[in-house]
Amino acid sequence: MLEIKNICKTFHPGTINEKKALKGVNLTLEDGDFVTVIGGNGAGKSTLLNMVAGVHTADAGQILLDGIDVTHLSEHKRAKYLGRVFQDPMMGTAADMWIEENLALAARRGQRRTLRWAITKKEREEFREMLKPLGLGLENRLSTKVGLLSGGQRQALTLLMAAMKKPKLLLLDEHTAALDPKTAATVLELSDKFIEEGKLTAMMVTHNMKDAIAHGNRLIMMHEGQIILDIRGEEKKKLTVEELLEAFTKASGAEFANDRALLSK
Amino acid sequence: MQRRGRRNGAATVLLRGIRMDAFITSLPGAAAQGIIWGIMAIGVYITYKILDVADLTVDDSFGTGGAVMVVCMTSGMNIWLSMLVAFLAGCLAGLLTGILHTKFGIPAILAGILTQLALYSVNLRIMSGMANMPLSVMKYNLLLSLRKIPKSILVAGIFVVVLIALLYWFFGTELGHSLRATGCNQAMARANGINTERNKILGLILSNGIVALAGSLITQYQGFADINMGRGAIVIGLAAVIIGEVVFGKIFKNFALRLFGVVCGGVIYYVVITLVLSLGLNANDMKLFSALVVAVFLGIPYWKKQLQQKNLGRKGEANDAGN
Repeated sequence: MLEIKNICKTFHPGTINEKKALKGVNLTLEDGDFVTVIGGNGAGKSTLLNMVAGVHTADAGQILLDGIDVTHLSEHKRAKYLGRVFQDPMMGTAADMWIEENLALAARRGQRRTLRWAITKKEREEFREMLKPLGLGLENRLSTKVGLLSGGQRQALTLLMAAMKKPKLLLLDEHTAALDPKTAATVLELSDKFIEEGKLTAMMVTHNMKDAIAHGNRLIMMHEGQIILDIRGEEKKKLTVEELLEAFTKASGAEFANDRALLSK
Repeated sequence: MQRRGRRNGAATVLLRGIRMDAFITSLPGAAAQGIIWGIMAIGVYITYKILDVADLTVDDSFGTGGAVMVVCMTSGMNIWLSMLVAFLAGCLAGLLTGILHTKFGIPAILAGILTQLALYSVNLRIMSGMANMPLSVMKYNLLLSLRKIPKSILVAGIFVVVLIALLYWFFGTELGHSLRATGCNQAMARANGINTERNKILGLILSNGIVALAGSLITQYQGFADINMGRGAIVIGLAAVIIGEVVFGKIFKNFALRLFGVVCGGVIYYVVITLVLSLGLNANDMKLFSALVVAVFLGIPYWKKQLQQKNLGRKGEANDAGN
């Protein structure tokens, strides 16, 4: 499904702020893989996701999605294949537009935008049905401005928008980090549900080790721009936070110095 | 004048009376001008409110519309065709700003200033080097004229209705929605497959086309095109947009009504201008006055927010103290 071949990225090359964010990352995801990505601050997790999404262009290497070379495809063209949820709940939706307008925008991801009406009657009913399972009562607020919703509601809506067109790959970039624990749990549950029901392939960046272990069928850990651990299948199911920390120390030769990850274990 | 000087008090009253009369007789003219500038303001609304870009191209694309109108008409072209060419010339100006902004990576404001500067020369070229070209209603069959103010108000009003109807339709389409999303949240737009660069160019084209159309209308109305006719157009446009929002924002929620509010804002602006002029403000100080009014109105939402935050902060402190 996704093939990342020797991807390198350096920010601000040749300056005092030079930062080698990715140092030759290789990763292959199979159809239906749900991989969680963990690592300390600056490990390159978000950069890796942004490379796949096309926010940054690669210095070297290749990215293939379902056999299609997307390495040099612009962000909006790649969007055809991708569903994305961001860390910032404000980022995934258009605040000044209605709930149904946002959904209609997402429903046309990957299509040419024509001079046809933006929302059809039939779609409106479909949106209502799609919103019901979120359990947030949004199905009765189709013409509410998204800016009036809470962070959790917006993130749930973004998730629905990202998943509704069945993307080849769903990218979740710490999408629960800005939410309170209860809302975060709800959104995570929804993510699981969407991925399972849609049989989606997904990558989820998280700071929370427990979440990284509890979700998905595969876990990768990044450190200083490289993948240092790749655990899957039965081995992942049995994994504990302690083992993960130990594995990290062994693989990187350093302590896992990240307050957020440690606090949230 | 001498007699007035002698009988001081009575003379002032008389003078005021004369000026009030002048104000009332100049009201229809102010309304006509306000409606036409309101059309220009709709163009500004598209960039400023929908695309979230302050586009300064309008200061001279307005004049481009006027210049093209005069040259086309005097060369014997049909009036509707002339206005279409004026509209398209404005579109080209918008295209240039759009390319400078998206393909040259120049900040939108600066891109607009560059186009505006370039257009000054272009407009002079269009008018064969003349700073001012007449378009007499006596010689040509114009849609609007100072000499026929009621008819002008009617014609301008019809233009407003048709334009708002067209824009209401356009911004209800898939493409129109993608334009709104581009102005609202670029990251979200791109994540949903929207080409934000192309949309910004498209918005600038549309906006400047409308502005140039308004320029062609004002040229007919006043009977000439002038190289400086658009000086400060962005400020007048912003004034109309802001006045429309402040006065009608609470009642006009629908998109079409909001555009209508912008046109009303233009009319209010011109009525107020006429009033302060009739109260004795020096016409030369007019631009200073306009800039001041717009600056204050732009500041109001910011001050409101600051005040709210201050109050919230105080509340927070009070709660902390309570705990």
